[in-house]
This record gives sequence, structure tokens and C-alpha cells, in this order.
Amino acid sequence: MGVWSESAVSVEYRKPLPAPSEVSRPYWDGLKAGQVRVQRCTACQAYVFYPRPFCTACLSEALEWVTLCGRGRVYTFTVVRRAMNLAFADDLPYVYAIVELEEGPRVMTNVVRCPVEAVRVDMPVKAVYDSVTSGITLLKFEPAG
Amino acid sequence: MTLKRAAAITGIGEMRPRKSAEGLSTLGIWADVSRQAILDAGLEAKDVDGVLIGPPITEMVAMWPTHLSEYLGIRPRYANVVDLGGASAAGMVWRAAAAIEAGLCRAVLCVTGEASDVETFYTPRGRRPAQQLPGREFDAPFGPMGVNSGYGLIAMRHMAQYGTTGAQLAKVAVDQRTNAGANPDALFRDPLTVEDVLASPLIVDPLHLYEIVRPCTGGAAFLVVAPELAKASGHAPVWLLGAGESVRGTMLSQAGDITTSPIAVSAPLAFEHAGVSHADIDLVSVYDCYTITVLVTLEDAGFCAKGLGGPFVEEHDLTYRGDLPLNTHGGQLSFGQPGLAGGMSHVTEAVRQLQGRAGERQVAGCEVAFVNGNGGIMSEQASLVLGVG
Repeated sequence: MGVWSESAVSVEYRKPLPAPSEVSRPYWDGLKAGQVRVQRCTACQAYVFYPRPFCTACLSEALEWVTLCGRGRVYTFTVVRRAMNLAFADDLPYVYAIVELEEGPRVMTNVVRCPVEAVRVDMPVKAVYDSVTSGITLLKFEPAG
Repeated sequence: MTLKRAAAITGIGEMRPRKSAEGLSTLGIWADVSRQAILDAGLEAKDVDGVLIGPPITEMVAMWPTHLSEYLGIRPRYANVVDLGGASAAGMVWRAAAAIEAGLCRAVLCVTGEASDVETFYTPRGRRPAQQLPGREFDAPFGPMGVNSGYGLIAMRHMAQYGTTGAQLAKVAVDQRTNAGANPDALFRDPLTVEDVLASPLIVDPLHLYEIVRPCTGGAAFLVVAPELAKASGHAPVWLLGAGESVRGTMLSQAGDITTSPIAVSAPLAFEHAGVSHADIDLVSVYDCYTITVLVTLEDAGFCAKGLGGPFVEEHDLTYRGDLPLNTHGGQLSFGQPGLAGGMSHVTEAVRQLQGRAGERQVAGCEVAFVNGNGGIMSEQASLVLGVG
């Protein structure tokens, strides 16, 4: 799973960027290292995503960071054909999707490296680590196999 | 204890939706529709002792209830912002009734609307993003198209899960357009066919342009009053018979089964408190920001089994002449969406129909209505059963 940049040629990245917090920093650091790391509760074993200071299932603060396999399936998607934020205008049409990871957590993402017409609900996908700036890597997905 | 017959809606005010602000201000719109609603209820401004405001989507100002009260020259004993997105208006009805039942006040003015230009609506100047919310960190980097993309995600999953078709979704927009043809105030009145809807540009798959609401300028207000004030109005009091509310987050990655909405919680509560069944409903007046919203609402409110909303809308005539009159004013899809007043239009239309003053589109023998307000991405839900007699 190599690091990939779709924006390597752009001088300036104009799309919204996450501002990692103290709580979410390990998630973003994980992506930078080419890994999907999420929180899991050591008390009840529930996965917690997006990152929070406590478990949403049992409210325990005893969370650990674990590495997931990076594979999943498209839970649902849409093809965005008009840009509300003009920074995305050059990407139109693009796939805005929810991917359910094999371990259970769902993430909002883009399905890339395939024609928008080829995307289907329940399609198997695998992680793509898109290094959009020197500081931020976004978790995107491509068709698996 | 329930709120059944604790209070009635006796007056409404509404401004015709306009594509642009035409020099109007939000406060000016509110004052206009408030005046109409107070007069319609047969009251004077000094009788109003409660104010509920649905905040404008495009204009962030603190203490709106205070500003409007001052403008109207009233001194309410109960004042609040109800911030449930498109569910705000339906949410106001039971909140007003609860305050009246608690003895805090007797006449609650409920107001929505805004001066909004579609030209600036989708610009940074038109809408200020919330920088600190988790959606900013985990959704925004991937390019959502406002809430449009969220409803696209729901519709796509619904199609894959239940076999719902584009033509079935389009039928909702078509029947509502027929209704708008009988409403002189509606923004879009030209007849529409299923083929027209499916031939309109895809915006967020599988949703087409004609399945998506149009933001505009306008406003609406209504008066919820104690039983002893109800006879001041020249119209039949529209009683709150039952209410239910349910809220989940707006981030769909966190929502679990996204094709089932919190209406599955709020609607049964409303029916139970009212003591009525679906067969008793003469009018369905439900939030319709997109065609898929109506389909999911009909399923989750129990008008048909889960997943069968597609065949259901195909089999039923949803026009004001039909067997299941739905959004007889045209719905927001054809009437227009003046901010939160779009969600209030489902309340004002239900009142109009129940009071027998809907004109050409009057549903014969309309005595009980189901109203639903929906906010965010099917995240906030407020369900009502309203009735006359």
C-alpha cells in the first residue's frame, strides 16, 4: 500500500483540510504512515470512530489505538456532479462515499482510481493513502482486486 | 399525560416565496408574517406572551427572539430559539403547547423565514461553515455538496437495499408539482412528468435537479393558543392531537442504518398520543427537501412497510384529488424553501386544509393531518397529528 498523491502537481492545496486535535492526532499520524489506526475500548472492545476522548458504547476512557486492515466495502455513495466548493470543481464528477471497514467502523471518503460509473454499493475496496499536503494524508479507497 | 388538545393553532401568516430577497430583510419578513398570524388568530399583539423563532440559515445573529419581540412591541414570558433545522416548525407546535399547558403563557407566536438570495446562498458570504464540528475534520475534506450529497447517499443505499427506482422517486416530485399548479403562491407551477424529472441533470447521483429543493426568500408564522383564546379566531381551531420528536447526528458515517430515519421513533409517538391510525389521516404534509425524504418518511411513519415506499408512491395518487393527498401546497420542491419557513409550510398548509380554506386544492372532508418536520440529513424529526372538531 503505497502513498499516493493526486495533488502532487498542484502548487497550493485549496480544499478543506482537517485540523487534527489532540484527540484525533494519532489517526492522522497513522494515515501519514500508511496505516488506518482507530480507537478501540479496552473495557468493552467497541471500536470508536471518529476519535473521541471516551468510548461511545460504555463511556470508558480506557481507549487504545489499533491498526485496521484497510479493506472494506462501499456502504453507499453518490456521484457529485456540481461543485458547491469551487476547490473541487476540477475533480467533477467524483465519488463521495461511506466505506464500511472490515472491522466495522464507517468512514466518509472518496472512491478513486476507477470510473464513477463503475462504483457500486457493497463493492469491495482497499485503502489509498492520499498525501495531499506535507502534513495531511487523507484516507481514500480504490476497488479491491 | 399528553398534550392532546392542550392548545390549538388558530392563525397563520405566510409570505409568497421569491427567488431573491427583493430588498426585504429577515426581521421585516418576520414582522409581516407575525402580524398576519396574530390578526388571523383574532388577537392583538399584546395578547402574544410567547415567542419561538426558527433561526435563519444564512444570517447568524444572537438573541433573535428579543429582536423580534422589540420590533413587534411585545413582552413575552416565554421566548426561545428552536434550532432543529427543517424540523423546527413542527417542533415549535408541541413546545408551544407544553408551555401553555404548564401555565407559562397563553399565546405563542412561532416564526420562521429569511431574506435569502440563491446567488449568494452557496458562497462563503452566504453561509458561514462551522469550523469546529467533527464534520469539518472527517467529512469536508472529501467534498460533500452541502446536504445534497447526504441525501444522495441515502437514496443510493435505498435503491440498492430495496430496489427503489428513479421513476418511483420522480413520481413524488410530479404529484407535488400537480398540487403546486393549484397554488398561486408556489414558485414552480409548470406541469412536470416523470420523464422530465429523469431527464433533468443529475446533481448528486441518483438525485436529479427536479428532485432537489430550491432555497428562496419568504417567511411564515402561526399562533398556538390556549383553549380559551381559540374562539377569538374566525376559523376552526386546529388542535394538537399528538406529537413525537427524535434526533440523531448529521454525520451519516455515524448514523447506523441510514435508510431508516428517526421518524420511526417520532411518528409512532404522535399517532399513539393522538389515538388515531393511518386510516384516519386525510392529509399528509411532510418535509420534502428531496424526493427520497418523502419516500423514507412514508415508510418510517408507517404508511407502508419499510422498503416499500417506491411501489407505494407508484400505487397512490398523491395529489389533492388523490387517495392520499400529500403536500398539497406543492411541497418545498415546488412551493420553494424560504429557510426554515419551508418546513413551516407543511404546518401552515395542514392548518389551511383542516380549516377548509385551501381554495382550488381543498381536500374534501379534511379533519386529521399528519405533519412531519425534518432537519439536517434526516437527523432531526418532529412528527405531529393535527385535527379539527
